[in-house]
Amino acid sequence: MIREHLPVLQVVLPLVAAPLCLLLMRSVWAWLLAFIVSLAALVISIVLLREVYAGEVLSYAIGGWAAPWGIEYRVDAVNAFILIIVTAISVVALMFAKTSVAQEVAGDKQGLFYTAWLLCLTGLLGIAVTGDAFNLFVFLEISSLSSYVLIGLGQDRRALTASFQYLVMGTIGATFILIGIGLLYMVTGTLNMMDLAARLAVLGDSRTVQTALAFLTVGIGLKLALFPLHLWLPNAYTYAPSAVTVFLAATATKVAVYMLLRFLFQVFDASFTFGAMPLGGFLAVLAAVGILSTSTVSIFQDNIKRMLAYSSVAQVGYMVLGISLVSSAGLTAALLHLFNHALMKGTLFLALGCVAYRLGSVRLGAIAGLGQRMPWTMAAFLVGALSLIGIPLTAGFVSKWYLILAAVERGWWPLVVVVIAGSLLAIIYVWRVVEMAYLRPPPEKLSVTEAPLSLLVPTWLLAGANVYFGVDTQFSVGMARQAAALLTGSSG
Amino acid sequence: MSAEAALIGVILVPLLGALAVVLAGSRPNLREAMSLGAGVVLLALVVRLLPRVLSGDWPATVLAEPIPGLALAFSAEPLGVLFGLIASFLWIVTTVYSIGYMRGHGEAHQTRFYAFFAIAMGCTMGVAFADNLFTLFVFYELLTLSTYPLVTHAGTREARQGGRTYLGILMATSMGFLLLAVVWTWQLTGNVRFTSGGILAGAASPLVIGILFALYVFGIGKAALMPFHRWLPAAMVAPTPVSALLHAVAVVKAGVFAILKITVYIFGLDLLRDTGVTDWLLWIAAVTILVASVIALRQDNLKARLAYSTISQLSYIVMGALLVNSTALVGSTLHLATHAFGKITLFFCAGAILVASHKTKVSQLDGLGRQMPWTMGAFFLASLSIVGLPPMGGMWSKWYLALGAIDAGYAVLVGVLMVSTLLNIAYLIPVPIRAFVGKADAGGEIQIREAPIACLLAMGVTVAGCVALFFNPTWIVQLARQFVE
Repeated sequence: MIREHLPVLQVVLPLVAAPLCLLLMRSVWAWLLAFIVSLAALVISIVLLREVYAGEVLSYAIGGWAAPWGIEYRVDAVNAFILIIVTAISVVALMFAKTSVAQEVAGDKQGLFYTAWLLCLTGLLGIAVTGDAFNLFVFLEISSLSSYVLIGLGQDRRALTASFQYLVMGTIGATFILIGIGLLYMVTGTLNMMDLAARLAVLGDSRTVQTALAFLTVGIGLKLALFPLHLWLPNAYTYAPSAVTVFLAATATKVAVYMLLRFLFQVFDASFTFGAMPLGGFLAVLAAVGILSTSTVSIFQDNIKRMLAYSSVAQVGYMVLGISLVSSAGLTAALLHLFNHALMKGTLFLALGCVAYRLGSVRLGAIAGLGQRMPWTMAAFLVGALSLIGIPLTAGFVSKWYLILAAVERGWWPLVVVVIAGSLLAIIYVWRVVEMAYLRPPPEKLSVTEAPLSLLVPTWLLAGANVYFGVDTQFSVGMARQAAALLTGSSG
Repeated sequence: MSAEAALIGVILVPLLGALAVVLAGSRPNLREAMSLGAGVVLLALVVRLLPRVLSGDWPATVLAEPIPGLALAFSAEPLGVLFGLIASFLWIVTTVYSIGYMRGHGEAHQTRFYAFFAIAMGCTMGVAFADNLFTLFVFYELLTLSTYPLVTHAGTREARQGGRTYLGILMATSMGFLLLAVVWTWQLTGNVRFTSGGILAGAASPLVIGILFALYVFGIGKAALMPFHRWLPAAMVAPTPVSALLHAVAVVKAGVFAILKITVYIFGLDLLRDTGVTDWLLWIAAVTILVASVIALRQDNLKARLAYSTISQLSYIVMGALLVNSTALVGSTLHLATHAFGKITLFFCAGAILVASHKTKVSQLDGLGRQMPWTMGAFFLASLSIVGLPPMGGMWSKWYLALGAIDAGYAVLVGVLMVSTLLNIAYLIPVPIRAFVGKADAGGEIQIREAPIACLLAMGVTVAGCVALFFNPTWIVQLARQFVE
């Protein structure tokens, strides 16, 4: 009985729990509630995944109003994969948040913090699970507004300007998406995505449809920090509380990539977006320039969090690169990297959170000799770093393998060069940190000890996942393949 | 124990050895016993594989399949077993040497040193027994990473710089070229297994074959073909046992070994001969041989001189592969063994000199032969092996390489070998001559005594190995012939 309502429960549960968090002002209870709800959401997403794993599609009509009039929630291999990533990261990040947030966020604001967290989770899950274009916009706003709050709660006063900057850019993005959806509604008279797809296929090409595609691509591009629309991201990641950086870096841009995939491959037909419209080459060029330029910028960052933020923009570039290849191998690579990147960036930001907890700083100069003082933290960072570079037996290597394979298959050699150059640049920026932590003596007066276990456990959970999914790729590659087949299959 | 289980064992034993080293960290004698024990067990396992391989078998086993179709799999074929034998035997010898060196030199962080040393050996075994390109690549990369802490062991500015060059060049070549080549091979054939006769025949145009081959040859930066050789001299900041075993034997030989294996089992000699894609690369190998020797001549730092000598000698092996005929490949295989024994002895001597007298430069060695007769004597004998004079094993490998060059119709390469021999004499032989004949400068030399006994013991074994290879190279030739045919 409850089983058939799982698609909606996935969203409703955190939505209902969010205001409760605000009532439970006492921090530990608010945290506990948020954690339990996240855990429940993870369980729901696992159950959903098991149901759609064989290729089935779950359709749920909200309030019993049948699609296309009512709002439809639709779970298939693509968004079940996204749901798992979002909920699992939320659980791990919340495990970390208990200790970390207690230090970084003022006591009276912690209830608010967890409320915003759950709302953000609601929004991200909603975007993934809904089959309705306007509903997607609503959830996008929920997740965006709550993430502005989360970022603004950072210790540094610059968190406020970072949040404001993101607010402005994010609102422009959301507005563009709304305009795009509005234009589609204008020509088709429907908001249900499957219905939209069917009607657009009949309707064919028109200037309105083209404009809608352009607005949607740019709007989503802003949310996923596609170069050169990424300027909000480095500040937002740098000044947000540690746990928030982990959560947003591993999920928010991923959900945006998902939106892009849904619109480009399903609402519009791939033959339209990449055939009639020159979007493939357009995205490929932006991704390539983005990878090279932001990786290079990373090398010159003094703040490690900011360095990794720029690296995230580059990594998003890899995903877009995979998409722009418009082949099932390319899409597999993009989806696989979406999963693997959540693991590696999650690990790196968690390890940095441990460093921030002990040192209060994540500047490069501050971590000299930390390999001896905080061996477990830095070892986890090293694992994440190796994965980011793409060393064999880590998750990052699997992504890189598929990405290069997809590009070689298409014979797009410049893109092969870009992928390889990107990972070589990653060695440079990551190794500055490794060298500093392991090959410099710690300053004499420094008396830091290893991070507490409550921070190390979630960090090592993700670090371990990087290795596990580097050796056993049955789940990650299997899901990515199936999702890619679904996306390309339906586009004919 | 079956051969298949032994194959997993050769990878695991060194890794377990590393664990044991860490656990025994606070008790140095027990710790070194763990290293030695792991070495002995490893050697026994590799020897266990030898009869199966000599009888023409090719036992294989799969450990895991990380990416569908791409397995972490190991197998024992003739060349791999030979490389495994050399590396594991010399690991034991080097451990004995390390005990004398590390304690005599008062090095810090010895537990870390022995642990990473053992891990590096595990990775070397992974390269030696890789059943496919994917496994080879995995362990090739891990070998780079596991040796990085050894190169930067001292933690000084110089060590950091050296480490950057080391990691930078090896990673850039392997990720830039080798990985691309492996992916491309997989894309063309859907297969990356090492197979007799190669897998690429008929899968691509001669142009693509040529590009692929170049990607492999330059992508395997550990073979130190110019212009990707700079990492090897940079790695000399490491403690001497590391330079001896890893940067004269395990790491560099893993590079040339990979080139040999890919030449024979991925491309196949027939395909390479028909397409003629190796011709231009031959000249690069020849240039590397000569230029590196000339640079070696100008190095005053003894370890740097030996490093450039290694670059030159590695290109002998690469050249043998590029000549694509069975005689030359036998020469390459032999050189893998003879150069290993010769060069490790030379590094042992350089380290012994450092420990006993704190001298690092050739120009400081005048008269040292009187204080350290055994060390300098070993240096002289090993030099003879590198030069290629009887009664040292180095003679045979040069012999076969020269024959192979004539077979392939490249008489000019015989000339290159001869000139290189003269250069070898010019940069190696003066070292012992200075030590025995030169006059020591006054003062200070009274305290200098012969190297620690553990070091001398190790040198004795490797020199004996050089001589043994002269008198009995036939089993290696037999393995090499099996490998080629």
